[in-house]
Amino acid sequence: MAPITPLHYLVVAAALFVLGVVGVLTRRNVVIILMSIELILNAVNLNLVAFSRMWGNLHGQAFAIFIVVDAAAEAAVGLGILIAFFRNKETINVDEIDLLKW
Amino acid sequence: MNQAFVNSALNAGAAPIATTFFFYMLAAAAVLSGLLVITRRNAVHSALALIVTLLSVAGMYLMLYAPFVAGVQIIVYAGGIMVLFLFVIMLVSIETTVKDRQFNRMWPIGLVAACLLLAIFMGAYSKGKTLVPDRVAQLPEASNTQAIASALYGDVVKTIQFPNGRYVMGQYTFAFEIASLLLLVAILGAVIMTKKRI
Repeated sequence: MAPITPLHYLVVAAALFVLGVVGVLTRRNVVIILMSIELILNAVNLNLVAFSRMWGNLHGQAFAIFIVVDAAAEAAVGLGILIAFFRNKETINVDEIDLLKW
Repeated sequence: MNQAFVNSALNAGAAPIATTFFFYMLAAAAVLSGLLVITRRNAVHSALALIVTLLSVAGMYLMLYAPFVAGVQIIVYAGGIMVLFLFVIMLVSIETTVKDRQFNRMWPIGLVAACLLLAIFMGAYSKGKTLVPDRVAQLPEASNTQAIASALYGDVVKTIQFPNGRYVMGQYTFAFEIASLLLLVAILGAVIMTKKRI
């Protein structure tokens, strides 16, 4: 079979990215939307590490580590916001979180 | 499969068979469990599928000679963030969420937009195929964890050998310190968000 080029990794990352986008746009459950955002971040990380291997330096991997750190911080704060909202309104469907709607 | 066979395969220009097999296996596992994440009705099933995705992506990092990033992915992402997600699912998922409608009313438009995005990606990759080399670079097979540690933290070896000497900053040391500040702010934010009375 053909050798595995960096393009193979880019295609896998694109597939994960599109799956994450579908999850964010389509689901009603807030926790699953946050998990789809984590899918998107992982796709970006895979892209970065694949290019880091292609160019032979470490910049992509360092950037990927920072993205993992950032994803951890954002997941913590996002889930904190979710819990704070759930305490008020007892729902986790984004359709029903419409206090600011006209 | 002994070393002579592998050497002859590499010298003949063919890819080692194990690399191809493991890549397709990990890629299929990642994409399949990604699909499970966005389609399961039960949020716990989605979280477990996301853990499988994270572990397969960590395997792909190992194939790309990035052992430190793979370790960070497993420890922080699969071991920390997903446990946090499972705790929050336990706290907020009441039994009626499993019986609710899962997809919102605009789901066809979302699907069309995502298909358009996929078409853009595939167009860009097929037009730019010449920018990506034909095979992965044959770099030496040493682990680059020491190099990443030096880039993030400073010259680790010199700091250990000459503890009273000058500290040599790595290329990403400033960003490393900012990241620790970010984590501090995130911890404060998460604690304050979940307090009953500020």
